[in-house]
Amino acid sequence: MSADNQTAPREQFTGQVGFILSAIGSAVGLGNIWRFPGVAYENGGGAFLVPYLIALLTAGIPILFLDYAIGHRFRGGAPQAFRRIKGWLESLGWFQVMICIVIAVYYAAVVAWAASFFVYSFGLDWGDDPQAFFFGEHLQLADVGGADPWLTFDFVAAVLIPLVLVWVVVIAVLAAGVVKGVQRANIVFIPLLLVAFGALVVRALTLDGAAEGLNALFTPQWDALGDPDVWIAAYGQIFFSLSVAFGIMITYASYRRRRSNMTGPGLVVAFSNSGFEMLAGLGVFSALGFLALEQGVGVGELGIAGVGLAFVTFPAIVSEMPAGALFGALFFGSLVMAGFTSLVSILQVVSAALQEKFALSRTAAVLWLGGVLGTVSVVGFSTTTGLILLDTVDYWVNNMGIVASAILMCVFVVWVYRRAPELRYHLNAVSTTQLGAWWYACVGAIIPVMLGIMLVQTILIRIDEPYGDYDETYLLYAGWGTVALLVVGAIVFWAFRWRGPDLPRAWPPYPPVEDPAVRKEASR
Amino acid sequence: MSTTAIIMMVVALLVVWGGLTLAIMALRSKPERTDFPPGGVDDHREDMGIIEHDT
Repeated sequence: MSADNQTAPREQFTGQVGFILSAIGSAVGLGNIWRFPGVAYENGGGAFLVPYLIALLTAGIPILFLDYAIGHRFRGGAPQAFRRIKGWLESLGWFQVMICIVIAVYYAAVVAWAASFFVYSFGLDWGDDPQAFFFGEHLQLADVGGADPWLTFDFVAAVLIPLVLVWVVVIAVLAAGVVKGVQRANIVFIPLLLVAFGALVVRALTLDGAAEGLNALFTPQWDALGDPDVWIAAYGQIFFSLSVAFGIMITYASYRRRRSNMTGPGLVVAFSNSGFEMLAGLGVFSALGFLALEQGVGVGELGIAGVGLAFVTFPAIVSEMPAGALFGALFFGSLVMAGFTSLVSILQVVSAALQEKFALSRTAAVLWLGGVLGTVSVVGFSTTTGLILLDTVDYWVNNMGIVASAILMCVFVVWVYRRAPELRYHLNAVSTTQLGAWWYACVGAIIPVMLGIMLVQTILIRIDEPYGDYDETYLLYAGWGTVALLVVGAIVFWAFRWRGPDLPRAWPPYPPVEDPAVRKEASR
Repeated sequence: MSTTAIIMMVVALLVVWGGLTLAIMALRSKPERTDFPPGGVDDHREDMGIIEHDT
């Protein structure tokens, strides 16, 4: 029996809307809500807009198109797509899959915290001291500053149970497939997220003190434009926010039919992501302005980013305002939806890679990854030291893993194997918005140079001083060890025999076929 | 809010949300190309899925 008769066609999004909403669901995540407003505030306020937009146009959109081109042309998840560019580059694909594996195990924990706080919102369970409630009662964080161990296996039921539920739901979504699982989840959650977060922003804008909060965010400090670190921060924000360079957009693009517009939807996805960040900036800083007024402090003295913003500052805001429970439910509900759709996309990368490399069915791949990663996630992040591990791993995998992945992708695809003209031709052949030669400059020079500077800076800083005042031996294992795990995991997965089909897939042919006889052959 | 902050906020929102509006309008006016290179339509061999070995 031929292979044609044994296999079903590759899964596909049903159309452009399903693909766009899924890609937005991946790009719009926790970082849009809790990272962008703080980064903008700390890097020039209103003036940050200038490097931010330049970074969007010269790095964000071009690298998004690079991911799309690789996935759509070579019809596979990251390992398969890179393997079709050059055999050994499959290892880079597995490096990206390893990044997704590591991120998924802790990202699920944050989604679980947000789900718990969604429930807590209705009774304002955190009382008068949200900080003590989050760190003490909810996480039961170990006192790592003293003699207590850095890593415990003391499980916290309030974290463990929601975390298990998150894994059960995400496994169910992935097992249902690209159309009935991934696409359907995004078609439901993304419009709902927009409505919920939109309502939150409208409420925040009407609070006393909102104008002062927005004043703090948008007042430009023009001298910041002369600071190279501000530009690096802008490129970093755009880069981390768009979910690029770690396999997600490659995988999603591979599920579009061949004759599909890629760059047009790509622009919608990129601007939607930034548009949501602006919305988050309005909502978060209006709310911060309200809290600053209530407490008689400056906006900058509050926790304005990350876990502190979401789980300490926002509960405090909710407690202070009238009808706060609804506001809290909208905020934490939005966090859950934004985080969950991103988690689905991260795990779809792993699922696709396992299916393609090991010729597994979708169900088998999802059960394997769900069982193994779910267990690691619960064991590592539902304990009294889960937050410390999460904070450390998140820093290393983002600032070193993803950045290195993007640099390697640009260097090998553009410079070493010279595939940029082929990829540009591919995008232009199927898309309505045409890419000019400027795209080469972006993916071949601007992106690797800016990210290269970021990577070197990060490594030098971390060699010079320990992260977060944590124990150096702990950081060696949990931080640098994470980077080592990414590399070792990539090599181990790459070393297995490829069991899936490995037919040539690239269409349209490159260089373009002009001879009518050859064209006829190619069209058969 | 200061005048400068208001101006920066309006400019930021106009540029980003305006860009989004333009991108959506462009896509709605021309969702797909009408001319493609030959091939890429019903090539079932190239579009087929994976071989399943896990049973």
